[in-house]
Amino acid sequence: MTTTLDTDVRPEDRFISAFEVNHGQALNGTNASIAQQREDAIERFAQLGIPTNDLEAWKYTNIAKTIDRPYTLPLAPEGPSLDPSDVAPFTIDEMDAHRVVLVNGRVDASLSDIGDLPSGVVLSSLAQAGEEHPSLVEEHYGQYADFENEALTALNTAFVQDGAFVYVPSGTVVEKPIFFLHVTAGPESLFLQPRHLFVVEDGAIAKIVETQHSLTDAQTFTNTVSEAFVGERANLKHYLVQDEGPHASQVHTRAGQQKDDSVYSTNTITFSGDVVRNNATVEVNGSFCESNLYGLCIGKGEMHVDNHTQMNHVQPDCNSNELYKHVLNDESTAVFNGKVLVTRGSQRIDAYQQNDTIVLTTDANIYTKPELEIYADDVVCSHGATTGQVDEEGVFYLRSRGLSERRAHILMLQAFTDEVLSEYKIAPLRSYITDKIRRRFGSYFE
Amino acid sequence: MALLEIENLHVGVEDEDIRILNGVDLTLDTGALHAIMGPNGSGKSTLASVLAGREEYEVLEGSIRYDGEDLLELEPEERAEAGVFLAFQYPVELPGVSMTNFLKEAVNSVREARGQEELSSTEFLQQMRERADMLGLDADLTKRSVNEGFSGGEKKRNEIFQLAMLEPRLAILDETDSGLDIDALQSVANGVNKLRDGSRGFLVITHYERILQYIVPDRIHVMMDGQIARSGDKDLAETLEEHGYEWIREEVAAAA
Repeated sequence: MTTTLDTDVRPEDRFISAFEVNHGQALNGTNASIAQQREDAIERFAQLGIPTNDLEAWKYTNIAKTIDRPYTLPLAPEGPSLDPSDVAPFTIDEMDAHRVVLVNGRVDASLSDIGDLPSGVVLSSLAQAGEEHPSLVEEHYGQYADFENEALTALNTAFVQDGAFVYVPSGTVVEKPIFFLHVTAGPESLFLQPRHLFVVEDGAIAKIVETQHSLTDAQTFTNTVSEAFVGERANLKHYLVQDEGPHASQVHTRAGQQKDDSVYSTNTITFSGDVVRNNATVEVNGSFCESNLYGLCIGKGEMHVDNHTQMNHVQPDCNSNELYKHVLNDESTAVFNGKVLVTRGSQRIDAYQQNDTIVLTTDANIYTKPELEIYADDVVCSHGATTGQVDEEGVFYLRSRGLSERRAHILMLQAFTDEVLSEYKIAPLRSYITDKIRRRFGSYFE
Repeated sequence: MALLEIENLHVGVEDEDIRILNGVDLTLDTGALHAIMGPNGSGKSTLASVLAGREEYEVLEGSIRYDGEDLLELEPEERAEAGVFLAFQYPVELPGVSMTNFLKEAVNSVREARGQEELSSTEFLQQMRERADMLGLDADLTKRSVNEGFSGGEKKRNEIFQLAMLEPRLAILDETDSGLDIDALQSVANGVNKLRDGSRGFLVITHYERILQYIVPDRIHVMMDGQIARSGDKDLAETLEEHGYEWIREEVAAAA
């Protein structure tokens, strides 16, 4: 069952009426553990409305315009059936991983290859987890992503149906990466709202890799909300590779919560997309934590990529590192807004933030803004932003050693992006990424 | 045939009405090492840049023949392939560009252009170790990004190391001695002397006579106001050390 959104009314009302129409049936068909916030969420969405450029946080990204398109809202579990060959180009076979394929936001077991998991580890769809582990889901679901203040999180919460779920119990190490391969498929212009929950308990260690691809030329919009809980002494590395092609827009909201002595690292690479907005919020609700937020955007065509980060230091003795880089070609646009909050009493915080951009054309645009809100007096916070072209002196140096002008440029750009990949400890993933980057840069200088 | 023949070379800066070189004549044979000395702003480094193919300079008149061919027709990388090497006065730091990968690519592109087989990784690493040893270069430097965080002396040594790896036929050293302490100066000089095997020509551009105590030149040229004002044998360096450059200027003025 799908609901085509009525474009004659304002976008908010399309969603609200779709909610009302489906509330009794399709939406209630999903799991109770994740459905309980629905009513509050749609009400909040109605109050907040879709963000416009008047809001400072959305100043450079016209998401209202992107949402105001004739999308179709799929509300039933049936989706297109895909062959393994459809997803074969994206499976990164060199990476030995617990692989789960999600088609249009729902787990497709026939395409997945989960393999043997350590005892107690759960890797499933969110809906299934809600049925089989309701107390676990209820303990964490909706606790970290803020639907009170974020309209799109409210919208996702109102329509929540399914997504990915990971549970790593205390003290358990998942050696292999957990790999979620997301594909969008089918002829319709879908408006998808997947919801993911990753719970890594005390002392557990896990690596989650997500890649996003599209098999359709239809204009799609994906409004993802992804929550992560990182327990005491736990370590979670979370990689996201966005490569959905020029017709796919998305808002990807990621909310992480850390406890004492934990390490949480996220890395987001955007290769393609129409309008892409990433919200990454980390709440460091523990002491002696380390948080790393890394991002890279390789902009081409008319891509518009907006990375909003928010580091909330609400406990003392932590450090956070943020590094976002952009290489912008053609008429692409990137936005970086990095907010760091250090609350009163959160002493001895080291927070670093850096945003560097290379613009390859005069038509590419970058808007960058740091936002520091510091209410403690014994902290070290720094931020920096640079924008420029490829260093021609470096290019000349390489050419004078026999490298072609093209190779020199590619090498310089790769060197620029490599710093963001230093966190890529999964070698096959790293070479998959660097190959993609090399091919992209190669195509620029033909 | 001379390795390098510079005739009546006039050079300005593109888009600006500035002339830096005003008729330079210089001939260098294979196997020879010439020093070019002269005060600041006399055009020494401009000459080096023009030889390497820097685009911000415009040749207004004259010619440069390398191995009988018109050097000015070649792109910087084609010059490197043809065997021209410039040791930079200010070597560029390239964060993220691995020394080993960069040099392997450079060596192999130059080898390919010369019709030689590509070096395998093993052969390349072995050659790298040998040459680093020969120059007393800390092998750890080759594991880092190109020049990143190198001291001044390390950067200059790294230039000579690249020279040794690329085996050029014409090596131009642009003030490689500037800013070096005596140990670094000696090791740079030792490196150059080891590479002075009769198969290549050297142009050593320097401010100071000191390096010429270690690298004995076949000929010294003094550059002033964009011209070679005087040439002589190695003893000219000592005269310059004692009397400075002013007397040459006076002589030139008197002759005019």
